[in-house]
Amino acid sequence: MAIRWKEYPTQGLHDELMRGGGRPRDAARFLCQYLKRLSEDEIQARKAAAELAIRVMGITFTVYSQQGGSIDRAWPFDIIPRIIAKSEWEVIEAGLKQRVQALNLFIDDIYHEQRIVKDKVFPAEILAGSKNFREQCVGINPALGIWAHICGSDLVRDKNGTVYVLEDNLRVPSGVSYMLENRQVMKRVFPELFQEASILPVDDYPSQLYDCLAAISPRPLAQPEVVVLTPGVYNSAYFEHAYLAQQMGAELVEGRDLVVGEDDCVYMRAVEGLIRVDVIYRRIDDLFLDPEAFNPESTLGVPGLMRAWKAGNVALANAPGAGVADDKVVYAFVPQMIRYYLDQDPIIANVDTFLCADKKQRDHVLANLDKLVVKPANESGGYGMLIGPQASRKERERFARQIRKEPRNYIAQPLLTLSTAPTLVGDQVEPRHLDLRPFILSGQKISVTTGGLTRVALKKGSTVVNSSQGGGSKDTWIVDSGGA
Amino acid sequence: MSMLSRVAENIYWMARYMERAEDTARLVNVTTHLALDLPKQVSFDWETLLDITGNSEIFRSHYGEADDRSLVRFLVGDTLNPGSVISSLGNARENARTIRDSIPREAWEQINNLYLKCKGNLQFGLSRRGRYDYLHWSILGVQTITGLLAGTMTHDVGYDFLRMGRNLERADMSTRIIDVRSVNLLAEKSVDLAPFENIQWMSVLKSLTGYQMYRRAMQVRVRRPDVLKFLFQDRRFPRSFYHSICEVESCLQDLPRNDAPLRQVAQLQRMVTDAKPGRLSQDDLHQFIDELQASLAGVHDQIAATYFELTVPAPLSAAAGMS
Repeated sequence: MAIRWKEYPTQGLHDELMRGGGRPRDAARFLCQYLKRLSEDEIQARKAAAELAIRVMGITFTVYSQQGGSIDRAWPFDIIPRIIAKSEWEVIEAGLKQRVQALNLFIDDIYHEQRIVKDKVFPAEILAGSKNFREQCVGINPALGIWAHICGSDLVRDKNGTVYVLEDNLRVPSGVSYMLENRQVMKRVFPELFQEASILPVDDYPSQLYDCLAAISPRPLAQPEVVVLTPGVYNSAYFEHAYLAQQMGAELVEGRDLVVGEDDCVYMRAVEGLIRVDVIYRRIDDLFLDPEAFNPESTLGVPGLMRAWKAGNVALANAPGAGVADDKVVYAFVPQMIRYYLDQDPIIANVDTFLCADKKQRDHVLANLDKLVVKPANESGGYGMLIGPQASRKERERFARQIRKEPRNYIAQPLLTLSTAPTLVGDQVEPRHLDLRPFILSGQKISVTTGGLTRVALKKGSTVVNSSQGGGSKDTWIVDSGGA
Repeated sequence: MSMLSRVAENIYWMARYMERAEDTARLVNVTTHLALDLPKQVSFDWETLLDITGNSEIFRSHYGEADDRSLVRFLVGDTLNPGSVISSLGNARENARTIRDSIPREAWEQINNLYLKCKGNLQFGLSRRGRYDYLHWSILGVQTITGLLAGTMTHDVGYDFLRMGRNLERADMSTRIIDVRSVNLLAEKSVDLAPFENIQWMSVLKSLTGYQMYRRAMQVRVRRPDVLKFLFQDRRFPRSFYHSICEVESCLQDLPRNDAPLRQVAQLQRMVTDAKPGRLSQDDLHQFIDELQASLAGVHDQIAATYFELTVPAPLSAAAGMS
């Protein structure tokens, strides 16, 4: 039996493809009509083809387990794409550029005069409590004044269809390789749709990333030595590190491949001899970068790397210390930053955020724990959260105690009912919640990926989209449907 | 594109471990055949065999007496023995895993599969009946990967390190296989063993898949002096010592900064070509093999120092200018 769109329940939520009553949104019409024409066998055949492509292309993510060491799992993928109309996307794109521009100005300000604190737009005590503020970065001037060269911002939509930024990942955001690979899979599985509709391409991300990195080289070479620094083969994002290095034609290095000389320059150990490195796209957290400057136990980093960076002999992307703006408390102030630095109104809204550091807001949070989502300021990957409406009384009490103990470390937000999109379950489609992570590159100019990585919670009713916790992904199509 | 020292080193060790797995399997095979060919009243000196393979201390601290069963278990399937077939395949796999992006995907898959297959069928391999088959397809499995790499991996600097690793290991292990025969493995001297002598050299040749090639190259029947000349000095037989060393030399010629390692190789080449192995007594031959092994270790050290263990130069050294 083919897909019965008429029976697809939108449940009063915002659905990315369907308006309800079996009527597709304009940008998704061609897709829904096309899928309707496929028999069940044909759909299963496409699904099998996608799974095969993923295996053959070796798209994996790594799960670490105690017994088996690390296991590469095939990337869970849904063949029904998520579609956004180009006209809507252009607005989102402008909003993301605005946001990242303000964030970079903020970081640079924080490590210099701290005007925003002096002007009382950003509270000094919040800065004082920041875990990702790096004393070692004060007064440093990275090339072009940019600290967060690569940013991954998570976007969600509520039930009215309004787009919000949920968080900005400014440390080592991952997922872009899956965005690129998802498109490769879809082109193999649905080539005819790409011929029929104008789906905007995503493929030039690696070359844009290379240009962005090459632009910050301390030596003005036509082909500076750019490397990708990975924690190694056991890291869960190793696939992505290897993929991006390969796509950019850059060397994939580990900490032990690099050495800092007496001249404060970074070299890689190669068969040809020591080769000077200009730009490091580092996929290692600040605290592991350099045992001399940060965690002395780190074996992943390079002793002396901070020294070389401060001397201006090597560029690091993202710059150390950029994470100061990657904090859910700091997040609450991004709209103010946009007004303060750019004198503009934010194009994309923040989710309402209550800061537990503030007495009044904290009392509100404690009184409404059963309605709110509580998040620690500095965790990622969906860890350490309380989803109030779904939590037990015991869990809520535990969080209440923690909030009182460390108010600076917690924020709370209303539980958003994330938008859904049709997802293949068995031989029918069912709504599943999703988000979107576009990637924003800041160099000479700011560029945004066309769409981004759509992550989908494959479990019915779940809103946790992280791949480490049962999430999958979908290809994201920005579709130019003419007028609309 | 440049080649990272770490990647080169992992490729080199991957190749060494693959070859070690193959050659250890060959060593067990030749030993088994030798033991089978001996007259019933002659007992085989397993202890000496243990010394030849190295790692005898590990054996003594975990096993009692060395006999056919315990030794085969130790050499083939014991993970406590870093040189066993299974350990070598496991190490090859771990090295391959970290350089998956530098070798063809199929090669990684084959290495992974071979390890899993050998591990899964270990009990069969340790049974008297399964031993030959198990060793045979271990050897064939490595040969398949060698062929796959030759046919699909770009013959660039990385491939040079692969060939160097393989040939240094092969040269070393071939001398050990010859040593099995050369040292006195036979405990009792009272029995006249002369009739068995040639049969035993034939076993050595066969274990190195060298019997047919020997007949073609030497055109004489199997005799100790000719076999030794063939296995040490033949230029064209791919498992002869001299051939392996010449392979290493040709790889080094492709590489930058090759002076010191090439000198070391040239010295070793002279040692082999100047020798008259056929004329050496068993004891002297054993001594000669020891010297060759020490010199091989010297070549390895020189390669490691030059290419794997780079240290920071003083400012403005020649190497720092390279880019």
